[in-house]
Amino acid sequence: MSKEQTPLWEVFVRARRGLSHTHVGSLHAPDAELALRNARDLYTRRQEGVSIWVVPASAITASSPDEKDAFFDPAADKVYRHPTFYEVPDGVAHL
Amino acid sequence: MYGNDFAPPEEGPGGGLLGEVEAAEAALREAAARARRGGPAPDEDLEAYFADVIDADQKIEPRDWMPEAYRKTLIRQIAQHAHSEIIGMQPEGNWISRAPSLKRKAILLAKVQDEAGHGLYLYAAAETLGVSRDELVELLIEGRQKYSSIFNYPTLTWADVGAIGWLVDGAAIVNQVPLCRCSYGPYARAMIRVCKEESFHQRQGYEILHTLAHGTPEQKAMAQDAVDRWWYPSLAMFGPPDGDSTHSAQSMAWKIKRFSNDELRQRFVDMCVQQAEILGLTIPDPGLRWNEERQAYDYTQPDYDELTRVIKGDGPCNRQRMAHRRGAHEEGAWVREAAAAHAAKRAEKNKEKVAA
Repeated sequence: MSKEQTPLWEVFVRARRGLSHTHVGSLHAPDAELALRNARDLYTRRQEGVSIWVVPASAITASSPDEKDAFFDPAADKVYRHPTFYEVPDGVAHL
Repeated sequence: MYGNDFAPPEEGPGGGLLGEVEAAEAALREAAARARRGGPAPDEDLEAYFADVIDADQKIEPRDWMPEAYRKTLIRQIAQHAHSEIIGMQPEGNWISRAPSLKRKAILLAKVQDEAGHGLYLYAAAETLGVSRDELVELLIEGRQKYSSIFNYPTLTWADVGAIGWLVDGAAIVNQVPLCRCSYGPYARAMIRVCKEESFHQRQGYEILHTLAHGTPEQKAMAQDAVDRWWYPSLAMFGPPDGDSTHSAQSMAWKIKRFSNDELRQRFVDMCVQQAEILGLTIPDPGLRWNEERQAYDYTQPDYDELTRVIKGDGPCNRQRMAHRRGAHEEGAWVREAAAAHAAKRAEKNKEKVAA
């Protein structure tokens, strides 16, 4: 019964201005506002952050570890995406 | 002063238990950085792959394959750990309204709030193993899962709040610091957070006892009495002696546990002796003496029959703790239902707004 009453929320906190939001954990709450308030109490008791995002866990789609290779391998054969791939002739400055 | 009297971790930043936590945190980041790329190969035996990850000191993550027994033992351990944090709010909560000064009261409130937070981190870690928090709460309330034996002892004086901080939270940290290196990632990460906060608890408890022990003779006597009553229950927190511990061998092989019950108990005793000296209080064990050969203290073992009785539900406060937890759950049902009904109504309104 109560399973639907308090869905799971994932919590992201941004530590300081200029940094990105980082996943810090999850919690149960009946709605977004209570999730936000609980996240404030639970994850920022020691000035851990200046901004909080809460997202219903059901709204997140994750990549699967089983297909990790197939999923990320295309990046491996495109070394030309890295600046270090390119040879710079001697004597060129500021490049 | 806090556990610096045993060897600091390899290249750990700072000494003591907190240093070990930081070292574990660094190791966790390193493990993530050198994680084996990809999952198991299509033709690879899953058991072998799992053993490989454990051997390489890397972390098992929620969506990785794991043996069913590993999953079960973790659910049991993490859930009971979470239950302990929640039930553990009761003995200290008992003194919130009677704390001797506003400062002490504010600190105690912050501490009990932390315990609730620890419970929630741990329930969240348990949930990554495919069990819901509601199920776990149900299991606790029905008495089918346990919590730490220590919370079945009563808090009779204000000094007990200090003894709980110093001894009970101290024992918890000694137990939990190695768990920061546990093979299951979500548990290890939760333990790092918990240990950092638990250090605050241990130190505030120590400070309470130090203040009392250097106060009036009555205050000192109260502090000594609290230490006398909490010493053996704290030693028993490490569980039965190695010979009788049912889950130990497998948990060690899976790198869930890193040290045996008796090893951790010894470490705790060795730490406490010097801390007690500075408090000016006595550890209630006539058999306590330095053993030059072992380079450790000899001590009298706690009464394990009593431990068994308390775990089985027959301690001084078992019934009271469970009745309180059950009562809060049952009497709070209408509030949870109201919150859910309100959330449903708001969601419905939002939908209409979007549609309009």
